[in-house]
Amino acid sequence: MQYSLLAFDWFFLIEKLVLIIGIVSVSLVIAMYETYAERKVAAFIQDRIGPNRAGPFGILQPLADGMKLFMKEEIIPNTSNRMLFILGPCLAMLTAMMTSAVIPWGGTIDFFGRQVPLQITDINIGILYIFGVVSMGVYGIMIGGWASNNKFSLLAALRGASQVISYELPMGLALIALLMVTGSLKMSTIVGGQLDSIYNVVYQPLGFFLFLVCAFAECNRTPFDLPEAENELNFGYHQEYSSMKLGFYLFAEYINMFISSVLMSTLFFGGYDIPFVSDHNLVESIGQNWTALLQGLTLFAKTAGFIFLFMWVRWTIPRFRYDQLMNLCWKRMIPLALANMLITAAVVLWLKK
Amino acid sequence: MQSLTSRAKQVDRKPMTFLERIYVWEIFKGMMITLKHFFKRKATIQYPDQKREFSPVFRGLHVLNRDEEGRERCTACGLCAVACPAEAITMEAAERLPGEENLYREEKYAAKYEINMLRCIFCGLCEEACPKDAIYLSETFAPSNYQRKGLIYPKEDLLIPNPVTEPEEYKKAVGIRKKQQEKAN
Repeated sequence: MQYSLLAFDWFFLIEKLVLIIGIVSVSLVIAMYETYAERKVAAFIQDRIGPNRAGPFGILQPLADGMKLFMKEEIIPNTSNRMLFILGPCLAMLTAMMTSAVIPWGGTIDFFGRQVPLQITDINIGILYIFGVVSMGVYGIMIGGWASNNKFSLLAALRGASQVISYELPMGLALIALLMVTGSLKMSTIVGGQLDSIYNVVYQPLGFFLFLVCAFAECNRTPFDLPEAENELNFGYHQEYSSMKLGFYLFAEYINMFISSVLMSTLFFGGYDIPFVSDHNLVESIGQNWTALLQGLTLFAKTAGFIFLFMWVRWTIPRFRYDQLMNLCWKRMIPLALANMLITAAVVLWLKK
Repeated sequence: MQSLTSRAKQVDRKPMTFLERIYVWEIFKGMMITLKHFFKRKATIQYPDQKREFSPVFRGLHVLNRDEEGRERCTACGLCAVACPAEAITMEAAERLPGEENLYREEKYAAKYEINMLRCIFCGLCEEACPKDAIYLSETFAPSNYQRKGLIYPKEDLLIPNPVTEPEEYKKAVGIRKKQQEKAN
């Protein structure tokens, strides 16, 4: 017993390693095919066909795009800060990937008698962790824009940073209302509360809507894609970037989109809960592992729906002007989020009596 | 002031209503429009696989015609060159020698006949000026070229294949439109 500190659960390490590699590669592949989906959705909305030359229905298009980005000349401007210039896209990519750590991707699976939850880590401050990581995403934009040593990049980076920071406020306030309803910051508890019961979106419709709009802004998607202002700021914060460094910035945006879609499904739409079916009965009838697989697929289906919503909005509405963007955030959304929070708090207190 | 078109619209500068100011409803309406387009038939014509048909009055590349026995119809009268507003046609006449009756229909023929496709505006006036039905505009267009001189077409490029010696090629060159016209008559 005196060696208990040294007795290390190696299976635990392997299990988590496999999970991390699996989830990271799945999110990379999904981000890759998001670029394809985006082009297809854009084409369909504009009465076109979209990429259809590389492979059947053009499904090899993302590979061709990635190949193109890899083959391009790597340019580092000699007036730039070399280290920060490389750090920028790395940070953007890193923060985009890190958020997936606390998301429950499905129920527990039974691996030769070992109960493996499909979640990398179930920390009790899951939502706070997500907030911490998401706010680090600003550094990718800021460092990239600053290190380029280019006025346009810097201006766009400043705009992007202030936008992302501003929209974090209503996002946080919207989530506080949700936390009052669920009573926990732990992701597994939030999903568990929605399993086989009413989804949080019913209790928090306004909170969900605010979160959705803020997610658009956080991912720098249209109508809030001002950091990428190609018409007035000459391409935004990644103007000086080329080759795969530019690719990483663009890729990070798509991973962010995927992660925020997963977050929305998890927090407001029941996570991996299969709608209209009792998950507990399913475990008894078809077994634990199959249920977990189905649950994972359900989560991906919900996510795909949100990703389509992201793209649909992007190809429908034009970009906001910068003052409109800031007015919308500070004068409309923050008061709304505050009101939502106060009302939720009052109702929760009243019901607890 | 009288408006220039019947479709002119007065710009509406009324302040936005509440529904418009909160954006959401208007954005939703816009999204319904894009959703409609999502399921619409696509306008794309997949060019190399699918080709769009030319209109029946399309005027393409010139062809110098032959008669049924395969003799060139052109007599180098120069009316086409005179009619040409772009001055794209150049020709030199020559006299038919004895023994060349199977090559040229009249006593005079075009020894040199060039059309500069860079100058040509494909107006079809040469076709209308020709008293001998010797030149007409076909259903194809001039392919691109790397050099200017490649776009000055000599007589060999313009002449239609001989219907006697190369009937297959001739049929192809006559094209669909001619057949349609014949069918209509």
